[in-house]
Amino acid sequence: MKRVLLPTLTMLLLLACWELGVRWAQIPAYTLPAPSVVAQTLWLQLPSLTLSWWFTLKVTLSALALACAGGVAIAAAFALLPALEVALLPVAVILQVTPVVAIAPLILIYIDSTTAALLLCAWIVAFFPILSNTLLGLRAADPNLRDLFRLYRATPWQRLRWLLTPTALPYFLGGLQISAGLSLIGAVTAEMVAGAAGRETGLASRILEASFRTETPKMFAALTLLVLTGVLLFVGCNALSRGLLGRWHPSSRT
Amino acid sequence: MDAASYPIALEQVTRRFDSGLVALQAASLTIAPGEFVSILGPSGCGKSTVLRLLAGLDQPSAGRVMTPAQSAGDAATAFVFQDATLMPWASVFDNVWLPLRLRGIGRKTAAPAIEAMLATVGLADFSQALPAELSGGMRMRTSIARALVTRPQLLLLDEPFAALDEITRTRLGADLLHWWGQRRLSVVFVTHSVYEAAFLSQRVLVMSARPGRIVQQISIDEPLPRDPAFRLTPAYQAICRELSLALEQAS
Repeated sequence: MKRVLLPTLTMLLLLACWELGVRWAQIPAYTLPAPSVVAQTLWLQLPSLTLSWWFTLKVTLSALALACAGGVAIAAAFALLPALEVALLPVAVILQVTPVVAIAPLILIYIDSTTAALLLCAWIVAFFPILSNTLLGLRAADPNLRDLFRLYRATPWQRLRWLLTPTALPYFLGGLQISAGLSLIGAVTAEMVAGAAGRETGLASRILEASFRTETPKMFAALTLLVLTGVLLFVGCNALSRGLLGRWHPSSRT
Repeated sequence: MDAASYPIALEQVTRRFDSGLVALQAASLTIAPGEFVSILGPSGCGKSTVLRLLAGLDQPSAGRVMTPAQSAGDAATAFVFQDATLMPWASVFDNVWLPLRLRGIGRKTAAPAIEAMLATVGLADFSQALPAELSGGMRMRTSIARALVTRPQLLLLDEPFAALDEITRTRLGADLLHWWGQRRLSVVFVTHSVYEAAFLSQRVLVMSARPGRIVQQISIDEPLPRDPAFRLTPAYQAICRELSLALEQAS
């Protein structure tokens, strides 16, 4: 109860201070809108914002799904063939350390479809935590358990299925938690760079448009949806971790 | 081939690691079918190396190793580690199932054997518990159940009770003798405890450190299985004294 009540009260208190502060200092809405104005704008603009939100969510979740598939596949390949890791890890690191804002313009030049370009940008940001965590997890199996599997002549498939996968699962889920946030950041960043206009665009485009027209309340409304999306992703990953790790992992026992 | 007639032996076995460390120097030993042998020695004397060689988990640099794994295939040898080494995500039942599962035996087919085994080690009511929900002694019982469920010819134990408290250790020792008595399998029990070796074994091999060698063999001609009262007899105390002396000379 305390875990829900305390943060909720904190949030309400912050919003109240914001509301009262704006009213008391008579700050105009185009500089800093009060939360009530943001809520009103959000309600009025909901139909158009929902479309944009759906687009951003689609890019984010697709990038996350591809990051899972790619990260796990590459980690498994690295674990099976160490030479491959030595050869390819620098490439993965370069992709990871290059700021996505800096390469997004290039990707937008090379790839015709804006959606595909956004997807690629978000994927580049999101796959690395899953790759490195899964790789770590695949190597974290108890050496004695490995010996036991050898003693009983387990096949590589049996070892993967019953030893490596369960061992790597908590590590993978840790990576997923980070990547979920990063794929949203990647999707929004790339769209900011793309600056695309039109029907098939996301919340970042709404924020850009609104800023050109000094529609500050609308910027806040779009921002609110982005924050909610991030929070939902976080909560979803947490629920997934608890569901999959159940009773056995120390992280899900409190 | 008769169940208890597979050869178990090291002949002039040397194990040199890549680092140059000689873990074992020209060691020879033979384990008779159905015999309970302890290997006693200071830390780092190559006791674990002997077990790993007997399990087929390690290969000798020189010499010859004969194990049931070579002559009777997998599941003829079982290994119990110092930690219970259970899969933390799997229930007690699933952990004991593992060696059978790896041989392609399904849950339904394996269930009677697993349940009988759990009843033997006193965990019948805990088959759905997770390792984290058990005490250290119960975890070790699960580990021993997993080792015995395949009906192995040879049971290798690497200081299995070292991390347990005194009372649990004593009780598990007596239980181990009981289970061994029912099954008549060969047991190699590695320990650094003189008292454990004296209570459990028919024969004790004393090892010296660096390079590891078997320096002495001491037979214990007391009847088996022994009950806890054996610890109070003068014979037991004499054996402990003899082993302590041998261990001191070896270190």
